[in-house]
Amino acid sequence: MYNKTLAEQAEGLRNRQFSSRELTEAYLTRIKQHPELNAFITVTEDLALRQADAADARLAQGDAGVLTGIPIAHKDIFCTDGVKTSCGSKMLDNFIAPYNATVVANLQQAGSVMLGKLNMDEFAMGSSNETSYYGPVKNPWDLNAVPGGSSGGSAAAVAARLAAGVTGTDTGGSIRQPASFCGITGLKPTYGRVSRYGMIAYASSLDQGGPMTRTAEDAAILLQAMAGFDGRDSTSAERPVLDYRAALNQPLDGLKIGLPKEFFGEGLSSDVASVIEAAIDEYRKLGAEIVEVSMPNLKLAIPAYYVIAPAECSANLSRFDGVRFGYRCASPADLTDLYTRSRGEAFGREVKRRILMGTYALSAGYYDAYYIKAQKIRRLISEDFKKTLAGVDVLMGPVAPSVAFGIGEKLGNPIEMYLSDIYTIAVNLAGLPAMSIPAGLASGKPVGLQIIGDYFAEDRLLAVAHRYQQATNWHQLTPPGFQ
Amino acid sequence: MSLTAEEVKKIAHLARLGIDEQDVPHYAEDLSGMLELMAAMGAVDTGDVQPMAHPLDLQQRLRADAVTERNEREKFQAIAPQVEAGLYLVPKVIE
Repeated sequence: MYNKTLAEQAEGLRNRQFSSRELTEAYLTRIKQHPELNAFITVTEDLALRQADAADARLAQGDAGVLTGIPIAHKDIFCTDGVKTSCGSKMLDNFIAPYNATVVANLQQAGSVMLGKLNMDEFAMGSSNETSYYGPVKNPWDLNAVPGGSSGGSAAAVAARLAAGVTGTDTGGSIRQPASFCGITGLKPTYGRVSRYGMIAYASSLDQGGPMTRTAEDAAILLQAMAGFDGRDSTSAERPVLDYRAALNQPLDGLKIGLPKEFFGEGLSSDVASVIEAAIDEYRKLGAEIVEVSMPNLKLAIPAYYVIAPAECSANLSRFDGVRFGYRCASPADLTDLYTRSRGEAFGREVKRRILMGTYALSAGYYDAYYIKAQKIRRLISEDFKKTLAGVDVLMGPVAPSVAFGIGEKLGNPIEMYLSDIYTIAVNLAGLPAMSIPAGLASGKPVGLQIIGDYFAEDRLLAVAHRYQQATNWHQLTPPGFQ
Repeated sequence: MSLTAEEVKKIAHLARLGIDEQDVPHYAEDLSGMLELMAAMGAVDTGDVQPMAHPLDLQQRLRADAVTERNEREKFQAIAPQVEAGLYLVPKVIE
């Protein structure tokens, strides 16, 4: 059962091949069998079984939607009413969320079953899942390798068949890069498409939640339930949600694919480049026209991002002060000591580094030189994308310059870690939708193809990804030992 | 551009963020490395470019000035480190 895609499971539930309780129990057993991955922070077994029974009752009445009875799991950044929501941090180790994130409520409303909460880099800051207070997640393809981050638990869970579909969030590549490293499908929607309400904020102008699944079809199903206008998110997009599943088979005649030459230059490992070139050849065979494009300001994306994201993080994380919720230090001498020690004792090194960077960039005398400058660069990058996307339907390239690296390999060198986000970060600055889909293996580890689309063209992106998955079987590969 | 240990301590104070004395040199080195990375931005002429704060350049939405949320003080205070009589407790500020 757990080898089926989410769409196949929905079919199986409807045809009474198995019940939601059976499916949920199968996953709960499998989750217990694989503690070595460290993919889950919390498993909500009792809740899952209650929800499964309720789903079975609805299925019996014929009152079921496509997600009714489907077990899923959430990145531990989404608030879940009555369930610990840690955000991968000691700061929130004792935090039982008092309300549901809109994404959680929407998926619950659609009848899904929650298996638990997934491990992640602390406050979504990291590219390897090594900054989690709960320890690193292992990559199912190689237990000595990282799963990517920050949605590392999400990606590992889907790859290891611990859930058919999960949620993730992407601020600088945190859905796409782990999807690439673990050989699954991940979609970062257009900024504003999925509500940020109840999604613990890291960098509010960049954060966006999205689905992580094995196939584009499954991503379409999950996105359908996740997306939509939400008055509780002041930057939520007031536009109708398209029928993503129906759009999967939209004609792609005359599809024009742009390859940004900046994505194929120095720094891209040759084995990843070969896989990406083969994937693009496949699209050529399917009738797409391929053109080279150039976006000269892309090289500035990392510097701009590492000003803007830490600046927003330093403001957002000021709410963690030891007063209203979360960690409080023992016997504070005075109020300043309470703030300083609570934050100092409960935040990890990467989070502290970014708070310090952001505080510096926003401080008197440096604001214009760093923060305003970075926002101007952001405009230039965004305009590069707009100009380029006016001439092509989608852009394609690698997600990351290499396959999954070893646990501990880059932990001591934060700058090197930041540079590995080179192909994903610009998309967040522009606010565009983008996907990673499995495109092959290099040295036995998965490589993801990145597909970037125009604003709110998730339907197009999913159709382009679906077409590839109809013609190839890379998305069906299972990590050895997890069949 | 590189930061000294004293500057790191000043920033940490601004952020009300406790850092261990022995870690100060590491943060100074890491932040200096980040600033070096950012120096590339300085080479670009951005004189007429409008800063971009938000990807979609949206207008802030307005809503009617009406009560829409329930008061859930007890639920929210149940997860607070220390409360008394409906108030959040912190160390004494005024003697």
